[in-house]
Amino acid sequence: MARYSFDPFAYVTPPELLGAAGTDAPVIIIGAGPIGLAAAVDLATRGVASVILDDNNVVSVGSRAICWAKRTLEIFDRLGIADRMLAKGVTWKVGRVYRGDQEIYSFDLLPEDGHKFPAFINLQQYYVEQYLIERCADFPDLIDLRFKNKVVDVAQQDGHVTVRIETPDGIYQLHGQYLLSCDGASSQVRRQFGLEFDGRHFEERFLIADVEMEADFPSERWFWFTPNFHPGQSALLHKQPDNIYRIDLQLGPDANIEEEKKPENVIPRIEKIVGGRPFTLDWISIYSFNCRRIERFVHERVIFVGDSAHVVSPFGARGGNGGIHDVDNLCWKLAAIIRGEASVELLQSYDEERVHGADENIRNSSWTSRFMSPDGAVDMAFRNAVLGLAVDHPFARRLVNAGRLSLPCSQEASSLPSADVDLFDVPMRSGIACLDAPVMSAAGRDWLLRQLGDGFTLLIIGNALPQADREFSDDLVVIRVGAGGFADCEGKVEARYGRGVYLIRPDQHVAARWKDPDVEQVRAALRQTQKLILA
Amino acid sequence: MSLNIDFNMGADGDDLFNGLLAAHEGLSPSQSEQMNAALILLLMNHIGDAAVIRDAFDRARSTLDR
Ligand SMILES: Cc1cc2nc3c(=O)[nH]c(=O)nc-3n(C[C@H](O)[C@H](O)[C@H](O)COP(=O)(O)OP(=O)(O)OC[C@H]3O[C@@H](n4cnc5c(N)ncnc54)[C@H](O)[C@@H]3O)c2cc1C
Repeated sequence: MARYSFDPFAYVTPPELLGAAGTDAPVIIIGAGPIGLAAAVDLATRGVASVILDDNNVVSVGSRAICWAKRTLEIFDRLGIADRMLAKGVTWKVGRVYRGDQEIYSFDLLPEDGHKFPAFINLQQYYVEQYLIERCADFPDLIDLRFKNKVVDVAQQDGHVTVRIETPDGIYQLHGQYLLSCDGASSQVRRQFGLEFDGRHFEERFLIADVEMEADFPSERWFWFTPNFHPGQSALLHKQPDNIYRIDLQLGPDANIEEEKKPENVIPRIEKIVGGRPFTLDWISIYSFNCRRIERFVHERVIFVGDSAHVVSPFGARGGNGGIHDVDNLCWKLAAIIRGEASVELLQSYDEERVHGADENIRNSSWTSRFMSPDGAVDMAFRNAVLGLAVDHPFARRLVNAGRLSLPCSQEASSLPSADVDLFDVPMRSGIACLDAPVMSAAGRDWLLRQLGDGFTLLIIGNALPQADREFSDDLVVIRVGAGGFADCEGKVEARYGRGVYLIRPDQHVAARWKDPDVEQVRAALRQTQKLILA
Repeated sequence: MSLNIDFNMGADGDDLFNGLLAAHEGLSPSQSEQMNAALILLLMNHIGDAAVIRDAFDRARSTLDR
């Protein structure tokens, strides 16, 4: 299998340095990591132009984020790269947890079918970035991607932002209406703004390695507490495409980074895990982690997205996934503001909803960290008690915490309306992301989420609101399942949503729902939403 | 439901209390700590009521202030 080649992207002298007029893209994005690239594509699908500035000219070296969650894949589907990700990635849903050599617990992350996307795929971050960069090229008039353009200063005056950029050909400036700071965990913009990155640092050191080998390990996540091959610590093995395996080894808080990184120390550890199979080392890194966030993500016209706003430990795969959820939440709002369809107040809901989401991710990842590297004798005693009980006591398996993998956050903290007008006895709730389900039309079998509009959608299941098309199709996408619309070919739409009417946001979250509303009720909800959005 | 702070062990109070001590006999302090941790988790799960359990955390902790 050919290894990933990390071909550099071409640097092009910015037109501004050749005497041309500056770009007038309304949005400047700093950072061509997964988050900045996804934001540019999302904005472009809404007709909003951006320029992306990145100090580098290759994709992420090292696999970094490998686990992409179902909800993230649904967002990437909207952005147009999920089919490629699915084709290339390793699909998995089963995780096994061992203590020593004994399996104490296993989980199945997606026990039900009828979803386009699996619970998780594993795919190296460099592939995701490559697919996004190639997708950007589908929008030549809307996305201006500039490599080897390092932002050295950011300023905002009333009504616009200015960035100073260093290139191999010299320094220039760009102006825009909004700036997205997608410049990663050590964000220079965050520093320049003097924003406190508040939270906790964990002393524990981990060795992370990508090894290439021919092996018949199943596509599962294997996690060991105190494995025999690595006494007293923890270990993780996870399969990626191209016969690459991610190995994570806990090293303890006192590990000497330079010593541990030496191949003569790394290789024997890995040999023990892979049981003597031949392998080559692709990438290694030693890290400790932080769970932190800035207090607010929106600072007038400068908006923090992804790792620049929040960081977590990698064990719940919440870093990369959480950042994509930020993008999903932000871009329709920003596009509506830039198109003059919404007031800037709408940005506050990005702040509220994603600060809430970041806290959920930080909480989960902190709990995992504390379980994996107990701090002191008491934490250790309870951790070991859970592991010891888990062998024979089903309840304790639920307390074993080897990573609580990324799930979509609810938006209960939001000031945007979200209401369950009637009681439903189904898995869908107001404020959460819509669940997928198969649907059928004359064109064949398809998926519910793919039918939702770029703007607001009215989803009607069954016979409610017979006049909806006539009444609402000027303002909304109206979709009907049953009663002459899409067929609910496996009954899963009704099982997941019940019969009724759902008002759905552009980011596929439920704003309101009713069992059998009249036109006025729906109009009132729309007006309420629009009052906030079109203030 | 709230945490029952009245006596609730029937005729077996002294027997159960001594049984608890007996269960720890011969253990080192760290083994006792380990056993207590398992015991607490077993009972916590049996009770299963978050408000009752949190109330017990608070009451146990506040005994240190006496
Ligand atoms: C070892 C490791 C393992 C990880 N494992 C996982 C995992 O399994 N699952 C998961 O979900 N997440 C994981 N993560 C986290 C994940 O990689 C990040 O959450 C994700 O990369 C965040 O994306 P981002 O676009 O916000 O930032 P980044 O990917 O860091 O991108 C920031 C970009 O901004 C550019 N930049 C920075 N400063 C400037 C500047 N001044 N001017 C111009 N450009 C600039 C950088 O060159 C970079 O391209 C891991 C991270 C590490 C380090």
